[in-house]
Amino acid sequence: MIALLLILVPLVSGLATFLIKKEEQVRTWSLLAAIITFIIAILGVAVYTAPGGWTFRAEWMGLLNSSFSLKGDGMGIMLCMLTALAYPVIFLSTWTTAYRKVHNFFGLMLLTQAGLMGVFLAMDALLFYFFWELALIPIYFICSQWGGERRIAVTFKFFIYTFIGSLLMLVGILYIYSRTPGHSFDISAFYQAGLSAKEQSWLFWLFFVAFAVKMPVFPFHTWQPDAYQQSPTAATMVLSALMVKMGVLGLLRWLLPVFPIAAYMNGDTISLLAVTGIIYASLIAMRQDDMKRLVAYSSIAHIGLMCAAVFAEDKSAMEGTMIQMFSHGINILGMWIVVEIIERKFGTVKISALGGIAQKAPALTFFFVIIAFANIALPLTNAFIGEFLMFKGILGSKVSQNGVLIMATAGLGIILGAVYTLRMGRKVFFGETNALTEKGTDIVFHEKAILAIIVGAILIVGIYPQPFLNTFDQISQSILKNSDVLPMLMKQKH
Amino acid sequence: MNAVLLSGLLGVVMMFASFLFRTKAPVRILAILGTVVLLVANIMETKGVHFFHMDTAAFLSFSNYALFFNTIAIAGTLVFFLVSSKDMQRVGNHYAEYFALIFFILTGIFLVTAFTNLLILFIGIEIISIPLYILTGSAKKDLKSNEAALKYFLMGAFSTGIMLMGIALIYGATGTFEIGKMNMTALMKSNLLTGGMLMLLFSMCFKVSVAPFHFWTPDVYDGAPNVFTSFMATIVKVGIFVGFLHLFYSAFEPLSLQWKLWMAILAALTLLVGNITAVFQQSVKRMLAYSSISQAGFMMFALVAMNETAHEGLLLYSIAYSLATIGIFGVISKMSDYSFDGFNGLANHQPLVALCVTIFMLSLAGIPLSAGFLAKFYMLKAVIQGGGYMWLVILGVLMAAVSAYYYFRVIQAMYFKEGPSHFSGISTFEKYVLVGICVLIVFTGLFPNVIFSWLYF
Repeated sequence: MIALLLILVPLVSGLATFLIKKEEQVRTWSLLAAIITFIIAILGVAVYTAPGGWTFRAEWMGLLNSSFSLKGDGMGIMLCMLTALAYPVIFLSTWTTAYRKVHNFFGLMLLTQAGLMGVFLAMDALLFYFFWELALIPIYFICSQWGGERRIAVTFKFFIYTFIGSLLMLVGILYIYSRTPGHSFDISAFYQAGLSAKEQSWLFWLFFVAFAVKMPVFPFHTWQPDAYQQSPTAATMVLSALMVKMGVLGLLRWLLPVFPIAAYMNGDTISLLAVTGIIYASLIAMRQDDMKRLVAYSSIAHIGLMCAAVFAEDKSAMEGTMIQMFSHGINILGMWIVVEIIERKFGTVKISALGGIAQKAPALTFFFVIIAFANIALPLTNAFIGEFLMFKGILGSKVSQNGVLIMATAGLGIILGAVYTLRMGRKVFFGETNALTEKGTDIVFHEKAILAIIVGAILIVGIYPQPFLNTFDQISQSILKNSDVLPMLMKQKH
Repeated sequence: MNAVLLSGLLGVVMMFASFLFRTKAPVRILAILGTVVLLVANIMETKGVHFFHMDTAAFLSFSNYALFFNTIAIAGTLVFFLVSSKDMQRVGNHYAEYFALIFFILTGIFLVTAFTNLLILFIGIEIISIPLYILTGSAKKDLKSNEAALKYFLMGAFSTGIMLMGIALIYGATGTFEIGKMNMTALMKSNLLTGGMLMLLFSMCFKVSVAPFHFWTPDVYDGAPNVFTSFMATIVKVGIFVGFLHLFYSAFEPLSLQWKLWMAILAALTLLVGNITAVFQQSVKRMLAYSSISQAGFMMFALVAMNETAHEGLLLYSIAYSLATIGIFGVISKMSDYSFDGFNGLANHQPLVALCVTIFMLSLAGIPLSAGFLAKFYMLKAVIQGGGYMWLVILGVLMAAVSAYYYFRVIQAMYFKEGPSHFSGISTFEKYVLVGICVLIVFTGLFPNVIFSWLYF
């Protein structure tokens, strides 16, 4: 029931938003809807912990053996929680941003939320594909209509990339469907499809491209910096904090367990690609003058590490990835909020044009520093937990041949991450004020409150991650069990 | 049988309607009522009520599948009349005759979907083609329309000739016109039979504009009056496709080793030519002409797969593609500028119409929740189930991604660009019809079960 409500509330309230005329009402209504979704998610985590609470199943497309089947496992619940938490924060932090046709904007935002929730909860391949596309369409409209100067071309590039990826995935889904016993789209049937190593070797890539574009993993990332820069900040927040998680979730839930042999065989190649991406993105981030592009490239670096950790197929790497999905969402949200405040106050996000903000806005600087520390994974912040576990897992991986090389390269990426994040902090917040930042003022109460929520989440997860790790225990074990390749290889040999 | 005779009769009635009525409104109402009667008559036949008792076993047999498709064709025509019949007035003076020709075309379609005799196939194709030549040239003062009609007629006559030649060769090899009596397994190696079959294949490909026999399509679709392009590209095209499938499924099945690869190559070529050329078009109408070629490429998947899913898929495809295309042509006939720029800012001037066009485009591009997605989905599923031809499936989805490029250009123009309005003269009723089409598209996309439960009642 909880699972269904998490999709229905944003869906219905989103559709209703299109009909509201007054701007104030639109904003209040959509904030209210987001908060209600958040409360439902909290109730789901805290109160209705019975196994039935997060499952829902209804008949749908009986001819095709596809059902409307939702289930929240540890990972899905965490991502729903992140989505539900992110939306009120996004709405509040961009409360004063003016939009033309504001009702369309908020309606589409809520529809995106419904799509995201569906992706995180769907346990049926066809349903998963439906939501996968449905999350894309509204965000495409948002970015193309309310973005920056080059928005139309940039967003379209993003759309075409993801569309090609998802269509290839559709072919893969159909092929596996035709191989499942009794022709079913159900995820458990997919896990038992029993594909041969040869089939897996090419089907794997059909799925991987779809997920790699979404995350994005080097070399499928070229749409991302432009899209983040050109989209309206609220949409960028959704894209970077939530939508990239669709890709990581896809890897964990659909790729590893369905194609264990191919994942075993290609894992190292992909991990090496991913860590190459970390270095590549970090080096580019160091040269950026635009804060938005810098954050975008830093996101590619963080996601690259997650991707490498997934293919380590190790329990602590898996749990690290899951907790890092949550942390990355929170941290990058915080980053964008700071960038947005700076853009609103000074009208620019050029690092070279800013400086000395700390003297005028001490509170903003305080929050920024903590978020920056989380971004470079200092101990006591949330990202430290995730990255530590991922490194431990990569190093102890039983399937990877190049664990040390991957870890060393990724570690270099972390150092570079510290370089560019701190460089941005130094140039923007410290040093002498200039003509532009001279007249700066500090943030007001509601901005402080939002940033306090972010910082609170960073510290809580950083200091006491155990409850989170407990949630991931079961799901990561079941993923590992399904993707355990050794018995399968034995079987193939006989 | 009900529908064949009734639609022929209705054609004659419509011819006389131009003498009976002085004004145009009664003609239109008569035509729409006639279509409704036709629809009811056809549905009654699916329920086992026959108006006419004739023994047609030697040349026509109405399977459930054919009857169900006929229902779709008539319902599609009804939708077409509701959207476009007003715009037909602007084409020329012979308002009632246009309806008459369309009813004759419907008769041809019913024959083509149910033939068991190659001569009936030939007659059906001719009954479809000749009125189409006239409709293409019906804007008599328009040079482009005249050119299109002449082109269509010359090329069409040529392909009909080839078809007749093919039928003759097959008769020579088998000694019969009836597809049930041809003993093809015994004649596998016969050159006469193979030659005849290939000629039939090529001439059918011409009629449904499959590359490389598609060259007439862009010019004819562009030159013909909008309303008739809409009919020609939808109902007629899918009707002939159903006949195409029927011909190769029930007659040439034993030879499938010989033609399967041909079909796959033709499908691939059509997808490539249609999609890549559509990308470079500046006029939405021409883009739709090429898009109709590319959609034909997807419909060819049914002929590659030739299984149960392919049959269902072709039905879904005809519903999805016809609804969306009729809808978009209904909008185009009210535009003064057919180029992509003509659509600039339509969302500001006509929010509801723009929303409808968006749904049509999303359906044509095959985005989930729309009928178009499910249609493509079924086609891919059919080929994958049939085994082999994975390269065709992958090419298909890549081309579907290309098609998103040109369909989304329309959406971009409407929503993200500004421009003066080139759109005028839509009545409230027509708006309701457009919304109704959208509802049908989404409904089919969500609950295809309902449609198929009619097929297998």
